[in-house]
Amino acid sequence: MIKALRKNLLRICLHLLSLIPATWLGWQVWLWVNFAAHDLTANPIEYITDFTGGWTIRFLLITLSISPLSRLTKWSLLKYRRLFGLYAFLYGLLHFLNYMVLDYYFDWPLIIEDIFKRPAISFGMMAFCLLIPLAVTSFKFVIKKMAKSWQTLHQLIYLLTIFAVIHNYMMVKADVLVPIIHGIILSFLLGYRIITRWNKQKSIFKKQLAWNNILQK
Amino acid sequence: MLIKIRNSWDLSDNDVTSEAHYKSRRELLKTAGIVGLGTAINLLSPSFSFAQTLKNQLANEYDGRDLTDQQTQLKAILGYNNFYEFGTEKEDPSRNAHSLKPEPWTVSVDGQCENPGTYSVEDLIDFNKLEQRIYRMRCVEAWSMVIPWVGVSLSEVINKLKPKSNAKYIYFETLVDPEQMPGQHRSVIKWPYREGLRMDEAMHPLTLMAVGLYDQKLANQNGAPLRLVVPWKYGFKGVKSIVKISFVEQKPNTSWMRLAPHEYGFYANVNPNVAHPRWSQANERRIGDFGRRDTLMFNGYGEQVAHLYDGMNLKRNF
Repeated sequence: MIKALRKNLLRICLHLLSLIPATWLGWQVWLWVNFAAHDLTANPIEYITDFTGGWTIRFLLITLSISPLSRLTKWSLLKYRRLFGLYAFLYGLLHFLNYMVLDYYFDWPLIIEDIFKRPAISFGMMAFCLLIPLAVTSFKFVIKKMAKSWQTLHQLIYLLTIFAVIHNYMMVKADVLVPIIHGIILSFLLGYRIITRWNKQKSIFKKQLAWNNILQK
Repeated sequence: MLIKIRNSWDLSDNDVTSEAHYKSRRELLKTAGIVGLGTAINLLSPSFSFAQTLKNQLANEYDGRDLTDQQTQLKAILGYNNFYEFGTEKEDPSRNAHSLKPEPWTVSVDGQCENPGTYSVEDLIDFNKLEQRIYRMRCVEAWSMVIPWVGVSLSEVINKLKPKSNAKYIYFETLVDPEQMPGQHRSVIKWPYREGLRMDEAMHPLTLMAVGLYDQKLANQNGAPLRLVVPWKYGFKGVKSIVKISFVEQKPNTSWMRLAPHEYGFYANVNPNVAHPRWSQANERRIGDFGRRDTLMFNGYGEQVAHLYDGMNLKRNF
């Protein structure tokens, strides 16, 4: 029991940490609907939009930084990547539900107009839609069953994170500092992958070249 | 002294949210506390009765609520502001505006007028003529408030300054002083904040030069010591903490026009039919409400101001 706990201590801590924003938000919403003093400003629905959207992007960026981080530090962090990805989905789902229910309250004509006529919303909606299949295929048995195609599918995270950051950038009125910081972090994370992949291909190519030389001799 | 003059456009002087409404909502929301969960379940199975109950309660909050113009609570007016000079978050102005010194204050007046010069607030505003005006305030971000302003018609101020006939527009600037306005350490906007009106808009009796609200002097975060209020236009036209007034011949290039000319126009009249490129302007959330309500043409002041724009294409001149 204690052994199992110790083995999973880090995982438990990561869960608890990831739940802090959601717990805080839940508590504040509870205060708000009970007319108690709360920290959601005079326009709580707008605040919830910003809050959940911000945490979705943060968790997406954390998820993307796991593999570079474990490669650079040689720590085995990959087993925690799924956890962060699922929290990105959780905050994305809250963001989406807040938009559909609290903000627009199922005003379908307006929501449809938003999605199809306003690129800023389209990017956000595409990002969320792409996140759904990734969350659904996160169960261990699905991962095993899908094998190679799982890897291919989950590369969607690159595309959807780009969409999410574009959405963030476009929705901001004047102060683009935070979305720009998100964009810079994202380009580092994507750039790292491009470089490592390129290096890998180069080494494969070199090996092939060497083999060819040997065969020719 | 405050003289209240009742006009056709005046909103009623009701108190904030009535006690009964408040209590009924409190009951509603207590049971609807797990709204998110209920809705999630409801999306999965609409026939589920528990979810149905919650949905009904939510629907009541959204559709069955009071749509009259209740005055917005002072706390919200003081704590929820767009005033980038003090930071870009809504709570920043209330946190940071203490560094502004609204007294003593001077306003420089120049351009096409007969009485240019440097004026104190008391020179510009006749405090014996202060009126209370309860106006709807519609922000371009699709939220709104009802605010009991205290001030004088801008036309009274303008008459003192005697514009010449070639003055076609009036132009305003907000103070620039990063020591007093810490948000100005970053160039989110090219300071100073600039705004302007066509002369006939400026002379319209509804256009107010405000020095107070809720029977108090303007708080710093609301634009102390004097600010513009143009109730049929989006809130950003209401330039705050004014230090400069110019009478000009050319249409001034205002701050939001410079920043995003395809999103914000010079007129910025509240218009539910012209969407912002990133969101609809068809409706708005009144601060204190859950649901949205329809946005009114000219923010409900069409009867008084629509004639100013006769023959103009309001889609193009947004």
